[in-house]
Amino acid sequence: MTAAEPLQLLGPDGVLRRTAQTEEYLQLVDALDDGLLRRFYRDMVVIRRFDVEAANLQRQGQLGLWIPSMGQEAAQVGSGHAARPRDHVFPAYREHSIAMIRGVDVLDVVRLLRGVTHGGWDPAEHANFHLYTLVIGSQSLHATGYAMGIALDGASGTGDTERDEAVIVYFGDGATSQGDVNEAFVFAASYRTPQVFFLQNNHWAISVPVSVQSRTPLYLRGPGFGIPSIQIDGNDVLASYAATRANLDAARGGSGPRLIEALTYRIGAHTSSDDPSKYRDDAELDAWTAKDPIDRYARWLRSRGEGDAFFSEVAAEAEDFAADIRARTLALEDPPADVMFDHVYSDPHPVTEAQKRWLAGYEASLGGGQS
Amino acid sequence: MTIDELPLAKALNAGLRQAMLDDPRVLLMGEDIGPLGGVFRVTEGLQAEFGARRVLDTPLAESGIVGTAIGLAMRGFRPVCEIQFDGFIFPGFDQITSQLAKLTNRHEGALSMPVVIRVPYGGHIGAVEHHQESPEAYFAHTAGLRLVSPSTPGDAYWMIQEAISSNDPVMFFEPKSRYWHKGPVDRSGSALPLHASRVVREGTEVTLLGHGAMVNVLMQAAQIAAAEGTSVEVIDLRSLSPIDYEPILGSVQKTGRLVVASEAPGFVSVSSEIAATVAERAFYSLEAPVLRVTGFDAPFPPAKLETVYLPDADRVLEAVDRALAY
Repeated sequence: MTAAEPLQLLGPDGVLRRTAQTEEYLQLVDALDDGLLRRFYRDMVVIRRFDVEAANLQRQGQLGLWIPSMGQEAAQVGSGHAARPRDHVFPAYREHSIAMIRGVDVLDVVRLLRGVTHGGWDPAEHANFHLYTLVIGSQSLHATGYAMGIALDGASGTGDTERDEAVIVYFGDGATSQGDVNEAFVFAASYRTPQVFFLQNNHWAISVPVSVQSRTPLYLRGPGFGIPSIQIDGNDVLASYAATRANLDAARGGSGPRLIEALTYRIGAHTSSDDPSKYRDDAELDAWTAKDPIDRYARWLRSRGEGDAFFSEVAAEAEDFAADIRARTLALEDPPADVMFDHVYSDPHPVTEAQKRWLAGYEASLGGGQS
Repeated sequence: MTIDELPLAKALNAGLRQAMLDDPRVLLMGEDIGPLGGVFRVTEGLQAEFGARRVLDTPLAESGIVGTAIGLAMRGFRPVCEIQFDGFIFPGFDQITSQLAKLTNRHEGALSMPVVIRVPYGGHIGAVEHHQESPEAYFAHTAGLRLVSPSTPGDAYWMIQEAISSNDPVMFFEPKSRYWHKGPVDRSGSALPLHASRVVREGTEVTLLGHGAMVNVLMQAAQIAAAEGTSVEVIDLRSLSPIDYEPILGSVQKTGRLVVASEAPGFVSVSSEIAATVAERAFYSLEAPVLRVTGFDAPFPPAKLETVYLPDADRVLEAVDRALAY
């Protein structure tokens, strides 16, 4: 098998690529109404502005850590909108825009990185958007198990796209070296799970380039597991949407798991603790900046007749969004100390109960210390 | 009363079967547990009865088994995973300790993790490396997990069902050297809750405490001691996390002496934890320090040396003598 060109529907020049290869995917784009097409742009711009604000808050001591998503907006927003409401989404920890799309208040992501919570939201109440998982690749097995459950329940493969369910799981190029991701491929293929593996290849696992993780294009690993795979331009929001929509629907229809490798780039640092200047050069960064996902999409929208008013409106919304996040971050209170004992177990447990009582007594003995 | 004489493995099989009959969301998963019935035949016949959608022969990957069980539990299933041997649990260690144990906490109580992990553990079967270990302490150290270990067929039958009913992850350590030993199984009811320890022989001078296959060794030691004129009480720990201290403290208040025995190495062990806690909570009742009789702090040796490594009645009685000498 040789590497083909990645699927691209919208080039960096903002022009649609209509070819024999793209036609089936462009049909999915053609079916989108203007409201959703505008929403793609809005989500990418708002989350990028959010990203800047959160990074600033970290530098100002308000967050322990920030995990930027800048540069990966198209891969995330396109695929995020491709999932259907009943689908389950298992993120890694950089999918802030998908959290927003699925109805999570992204202040909850801020809470996580401020150190207020280990979780932040209840997936069952947020369109099945699961919690971030910080051990690299672990969530791939949870997603696969969930998808096995869908198949065991007969909730996929009935042919009713509105009723059938599927799973999408996000991970990065570094995660492809983890055992769990490879075991997830094995289990998914073996049980023919209704599932899309969405690999964001942002080319760097902190400081280690993807060439250290793999000597073959990553999407070519899929067929070795018996998983049909496609490589897409991950900075093309339309390709991300269409490829994910098509593959999720195929998976939910009972044809087994799929792998999408989205080629993108982490414009910023891995986290606020990282320093990319120590390991990558400006030329590479410049080359990817020229392929920016938001710029090209704006060009396309303008070519379709979208005017200044819309772009100004979105810019203003992004500013308001950031200001709101800042204000609410500064208002966040620390959790009461005894919550650390509350949900260690679901059923009553003598040790956590005793230690909770002990801590309450100890703090009381200090004479009105921490609440 | 419906009392059968069953080997421990068959009692587990009957308990698993009953749990599957009681709740259609219970499913079994593991390596070779289908047509073969598992390497110890604990799941024998269950795939034939319940089908391959409820008894899953999985790919050979322990992290995959535990990690997908987590996803199945998120979907509302109650998975029971079989780990083939004690020493094979470590490829699944990360999913057990970093994910399974912490997911309820991470979800702030919005999600339960009713997953049982069955682990045949311990020595006395003359097997090769990685097949005779006692890794309980690694898991007892992790909040969010519950650990239990039956010593009798009767307990095995009920405790596996209670573990499956638990809304928390339960590590279920099965004393594999006892799989083929018969005992009474009373199907009319369970005598004790899952996390209770139990006095299985009453005595007045020394208390012996252990779990799983060690209980049988302690009973042998108690018999020998009785013949020599020493009255020994024996407690079956049953639950390693949490530990039910009331029967233990009550016994120590009576006897003043406690010997804790296990097959696992003693350093940073469940035995050490119990010794420390009893010293804290029953200090004025103790006539002697709490003594530990454990496996040595060396890798489990080649099988020809296992009887030297594993505590037997003589080593337990040596500790009894030391306790009485104070």
